[in-house]
Amino acid sequence: MIKKVITALFVILSLSNTKAQDSTLLELMVDTINAHTSQVVSGTFKATQIVNTPTVESPAKKALQFMIMHRFGRLNEGAYALFGLDNAGIRFAFDYGITDKLAIGVGRSSFEKVYDASFKWKVVRQKQNGVPVSVSAYGMIANSVQKYSDKPYLNAKYRTIYTSQLLIARKFNSKLSLQLTPSWVHFNLVPTPADKNDVFALGVGGRMKLTNRISINAEYNYLPSGQVVSSDVFSSLSMGVDIETGGHVFQLIFTNSEGMNSPYYLTKTRGSWEKGDIYFGFNVTRIFNLKK
Amino acid sequence: MQRLSILLLFVSSQLLLNAQPQITRTGFISFFSKTPYEDIKAENKQVNAVVDLSKKKIAFMLLMRGFLFKKALMQEHFNENYVESDKYPKSSFSGSYTGYVDISQEGKYPIIVKGVLMLHGISRTIEVPASMEVKEDKLIAKSNFKINPSDYNIKIPAVVKNKIAQHLDVTVMIEYKISK
Repeated sequence: MIKKVITALFVILSLSNTKAQDSTLLELMVDTINAHTSQVVSGTFKATQIVNTPTVESPAKKALQFMIMHRFGRLNEGAYALFGLDNAGIRFAFDYGITDKLAIGVGRSSFEKVYDASFKWKVVRQKQNGVPVSVSAYGMIANSVQKYSDKPYLNAKYRTIYTSQLLIARKFNSKLSLQLTPSWVHFNLVPTPADKNDVFALGVGGRMKLTNRISINAEYNYLPSGQVVSSDVFSSLSMGVDIETGGHVFQLIFTNSEGMNSPYYLTKTRGSWEKGDIYFGFNVTRIFNLKK
Repeated sequence: MQRLSILLLFVSSQLLLNAQPQITRTGFISFFSKTPYEDIKAENKQVNAVVDLSKKKIAFMLLMRGFLFKKALMQEHFNENYVESDKYPKSSFSGSYTGYVDISQEGKYPIIVKGVLMLHGISRTIEVPASMEVKEDKLIAKSNFKINPSDYNIKIPAVVKNKIAQHLDVTVMIEYKISK
């Protein structure tokens, strides 16, 4: 009886020993490290805008981003205007991260001489094995100071436009990210009574990485008809390439929108891709870290 | 029956020895790159580490996303472009050490650690000098060594070549509470 027990114990012992030899020390840690993998998903987009539409990304705390957005004239202006290169519209913008989740910005566009101020707030962040999407809220107030001679110059409040956008994005994998962007634009004054003061649009967009540092981007902001009536406007369709080098992101883009801030590309896109009203342009961003 | 109890004693002592490995989840590993243009430093304070004093074996494991940088953009580029943390989330080391360490005696013991470092999906055998210090109820393992990112297929584009050092200085500091 005792002999049997002894043999059994030996067998158990030798079994447990071989097991201890086979399992490396590393395996002791796999479980605990896997428990830590519910982490925030970062790098959904490289830049703070897909092309024109803001992305869920914002400058980090105490990071100042300087952005130059540039659009040449329309390709269909032909050889005489060197396919639009003779003309140019520009928007400068500074965006600053107050915290890692809240950024504010100011900008100035040459098209209709518009000053804008904006904020972006990262409300929800996508997590591995957790929340499936990142959600940011974006708000912009835009004021045009364009002078004209045919009408009396209006009070500032009549030249002001408010835009609110909800940015809902998901990074599906390291290459593909998509974003859904419902937008609401409020005009204090519209040109005719038939035009709506509140205009709604729905954007879809995304990026596909070609390499770690280059991606192709596209966005479409659908503007349902019957809202902007007094002028011929189209939905905004833009595509481009992101090239990232250290603290810079270069975006080379084609779009039918001349305006580069939210109310303008959403509701005042007068170009049509079919007719060749396509603007070539670029966005360049540079990050300055003000944190010591 | 007596023999059985002796055997049981032997078995339980074996099991006790097996339970010997010291484990911590708050080990520290940092790396530092110094060039005339830019100093880059990142720290990971959530390194899992095990040392088995009876077998003279040692192992680390960490999540690449656990490396924290001062500049958020650098951290993002590190994860997205250099070490590709989505593809290769973990880095680990597993090996053994040579040298005499007496945990019942306070003091600093020099050792040589040799093993396999897995980083960015590539495993390489490395051998580095290190030390183990016994102080009160703590065992502190330390090491400083250099690694070359290109050995681990971490590509550095030409544009930033002069901003990232060819050799990174790695510092390891693991503190175990000696469980007796």
